[in-house]
Amino acid sequence: MRHILSILLENEAGALSRVVGLFSARAYNIDSLTVSTTEDPTLSRMTIVTHGSDEVIEQITKQLNKLIEVVKVIDLNESDHIEREMMLIKVRATGKDREEMKRMADIFRGRIIDVTEKTYTIELTGTSDKLGAFIEAIDRSVILETVRTGASGIGRGERILKI
Amino acid sequence: MQISGAEILVRSLQEEGVEFVFGYPGGAVLEIYDAIFRQQQFKHVLVRHEQAAVHAADAYSRSCDKVGVALVTSGPGATNAVTGIATAYMDSVPMVVISGQVSTPAIGLDAFQEVDMVGITRPCVKHNFLVKDINELASTIKKAFYIAATGRPGPVVVDVPKDVTQQLAEFHYPESVSIRSYVPVTRGHPGQIKKAASLLAEAKRPYIYVGGGAVQGGASAEVTELVKMLGVPCTNTLMGLGAYPGDDRQFLGMLGMHGTYEANMAMQYCDVLIAVGARFDDRVISVPSHFLSQPKKIVHIDIDPSSIAKRVKVDVPIVGDVKHVLRDLIDLMKQNGQRPDAANLAGWWKQIEQWRSYNSLLYTPSTEFIKPQSVVQKLYEITGGDAIITSDVGQHQMWAAQYYPFKRPKQWLNSGGLGTMGFGLPAAIGAQLANPNAQVACITGEGSIQMNIQELSTAKQYHTPVKVIALNNRYLGMVRQWQEFFYGTRYAESYMDALPDFVGIAEAYGHVGMKIENPADVEGALREAFSPALKERLVFMDFRTDQSENVFPMIQNGKGLDQMDLPPHMRELQIAPFENNRDYGNMC
Ligand SMILES: Cc1cc2nc3c(=O)[nH]c(=O)nc-3n(C[C@H](O)[C@H](O)[C@H](O)COP(=O)(O)OP(=O)(O)OC[C@H]3O[C@@H](n4cnc5c(N)ncnc54)[C@H](O)[C@@H]3O)c2cc1C
Ligand SMILES: Cc1ncc(C[n+]2csc(CCOP(=O)(O)OP(=O)(O)O)c2C)c(N)n1
Ligand SMILES: [Mg+2]
Repeated sequence: MRHILSILLENEAGALSRVVGLFSARAYNIDSLTVSTTEDPTLSRMTIVTHGSDEVIEQITKQLNKLIEVVKVIDLNESDHIEREMMLIKVRATGKDREEMKRMADIFRGRIIDVTEKTYTIELTGTSDKLGAFIEAIDRSVILETVRTGASGIGRGERILKI
Repeated sequence: MQISGAEILVRSLQEEGVEFVFGYPGGAVLEIYDAIFRQQQFKHVLVRHEQAAVHAADAYSRSCDKVGVALVTSGPGATNAVTGIATAYMDSVPMVVISGQVSTPAIGLDAFQEVDMVGITRPCVKHNFLVKDINELASTIKKAFYIAATGRPGPVVVDVPKDVTQQLAEFHYPESVSIRSYVPVTRGHPGQIKKAASLLAEAKRPYIYVGGGAVQGGASAEVTELVKMLGVPCTNTLMGLGAYPGDDRQFLGMLGMHGTYEANMAMQYCDVLIAVGARFDDRVISVPSHFLSQPKKIVHIDIDPSSIAKRVKVDVPIVGDVKHVLRDLIDLMKQNGQRPDAANLAGWWKQIEQWRSYNSLLYTPSTEFIKPQSVVQKLYEITGGDAIITSDVGQHQMWAAQYYPFKRPKQWLNSGGLGTMGFGLPAAIGAQLANPNAQVACITGEGSIQMNIQELSTAKQYHTPVKVIALNNRYLGMVRQWQEFFYGTRYAESYMDALPDFVGIAEAYGHVGMKIENPADVEGALREAFSPALKERLVFMDFRTDQSENVFPMIQNGKGLDQMDLPPHMRELQIAPFENNRDYGNMC
């Protein structure tokens, strides 16, 4: 099953490679990974999307907790959470495609953030599924490039990941 | 006053009460060596290969209660240390390894003798540091010792660039250390301990399975108290040997791939299992599904949550330090007067005694060939079962574990998790330095000893009079055994041709050498080696043993604990399968 793990870790050189190294050394999957500092500059927050059986996810959580620089780990799947990913997608937009592309972007609440004679770059935010759905919805042949951030997640309401 | 980084490092080691640093110099650590030269507080032990420095520091630590320290130079010095570090990591040994690094401006430029030590060792250390700022050197050393020794112990690498050792700064050694992201648990959850007590009290066939965590956690007294109080059987893993006295009736011997028949059968057929600082290793329980096919309730006490439910799902996980958890468990059971039912226990013991009566460690004596097992037994006799034994890896290691019943923890030092050939001799040197008055013997094979034989020179220099007991079967015996069983006796590269004259080697290094070829000479030779006349000498004993001897019992890959390959004398026996509700009343 797909799980989203939120990890609070010391903002130190090498901490990221420990996490990544752990996943490869123990043959766990990383579907996506995002990381950046938090409002507290000594801490980074990472979101990892992974998949595996319950046993594997339990081991991943324990092994992450074991890393000295990891402060806290939560599995967002354990309760209500919100997940967002951003995608920048550059598409060929000429002729009648130009109108159609604008319409699709609107439907998905995307914003066109760069326009040239022949291209649009659309910024789209949502769940990873939604971004996938957009790619499915448009004509493959017009996609020039895509770049996705990977999901970041946060618990709903009072569920807070802090030290 | 400002002092150099090298001096800060040395002062920090002094603050930690370090007695010995095992190491080997080189360009990147010259400053540190100079600072060591100018101090008296700790001794430096110059090994002949960096791998040996780490093994010696590791065994020093395993055989006393201190953190071992090794020091190596950058590049090849650092890579040579890696096998030693991985060995310590797999067996959870607290150690600090200091490696030199090229100067900070040169890092990343493929400088002379540069390797990414932090990167290379990341998967085989508890933690590692690259110190880029001299002002963080002292606090990093403090953290390194703290991390190495607390929680689940393990090796910590501190990589120190040369320019950091040359810069100047004030020295302040922190009095205490706290790391917000690292807070090891010691006390077990009272609710869980209560559950464990109830399970034990209700058990019909209880069993205590004790591992290296009880040795590392200094919980031998508590293990013994619990086992004695309840009158239950107990087994130790290879790493746990000595945690419970090996000569006691309630001890069933080691379990696992080469465990005794009774220890393995009890493991399969117990109904309540208490795992104490043991990690359900594949060499112990083999296939988890087969192990669990016989229903049992499992309590697992471990300081590392990731050891719990890793290979086997358990009913009562207890995260905490074994010593504390067992103390609480014993006190609770005492207070409540909780004990397993005596009649049930008596029935269980009857079954166990029957299993034990087959004597699965019996071997056929010979007057023609020296039986390796008999050498270990004689060694036990002559040392009064009191020696510190180190070993290498192979058949000899298993015979040492099977035929030398260890009395106390930290008496048996071997590489279990990584299985590193070459561990034994440097380990014996480290153990002898930690225990100057103890008898130390290294049980080895002619294959393994050659992986670090150069350390005979170190032993000479530091007067460590260890006794090397080489069970020389002219084979990489453990490999040969597998080839005999599983590869149609095709002994591919497991024969050691062109073996050196070990007596000559020993003598060349300034030691005493003995070659023993006749079974009748085994005892006399051992007595001589351990006699007062040779007390101060390293004696290398080359025992020419029976080449075809195999280690039994043995659990083949994929087989269960009750599906052992048995020694020849047990193969004809009609052993009744275990039945849950058998009436043992009339058995004797
Ligand atoms: C040739 C060969 C054959 C082998 N055959 C066998 C065999 O037949 N039988 C056998 O048993 N092994 C055998 N081994 C060894 C095996 O590979 C493992 O190393 C060993 O079984 C692991 O022992 P352990 O479970 O006690 O765990 P260890 O590796 O000793 O781990 C200790 C556990 O205790 C925990 N711990 C540490 N400190 C504490 C504390 N203070 N409080 C609580 N928990 C703590 C740790 O987190 C860890 O989970 C063999 C090895 C070799 C090389
Ligand atoms: C460094 C290393 N290389 C290879 C092995 C694989 N191995 C395990 S046991 C063994 C044979 C050991 O031979 P010897 O030391 O003569 O001991 P014996 O089994 O004959 O008692 C080998 C090669 C190992 N454990 N470690
Ligand atoms: Mg051999």
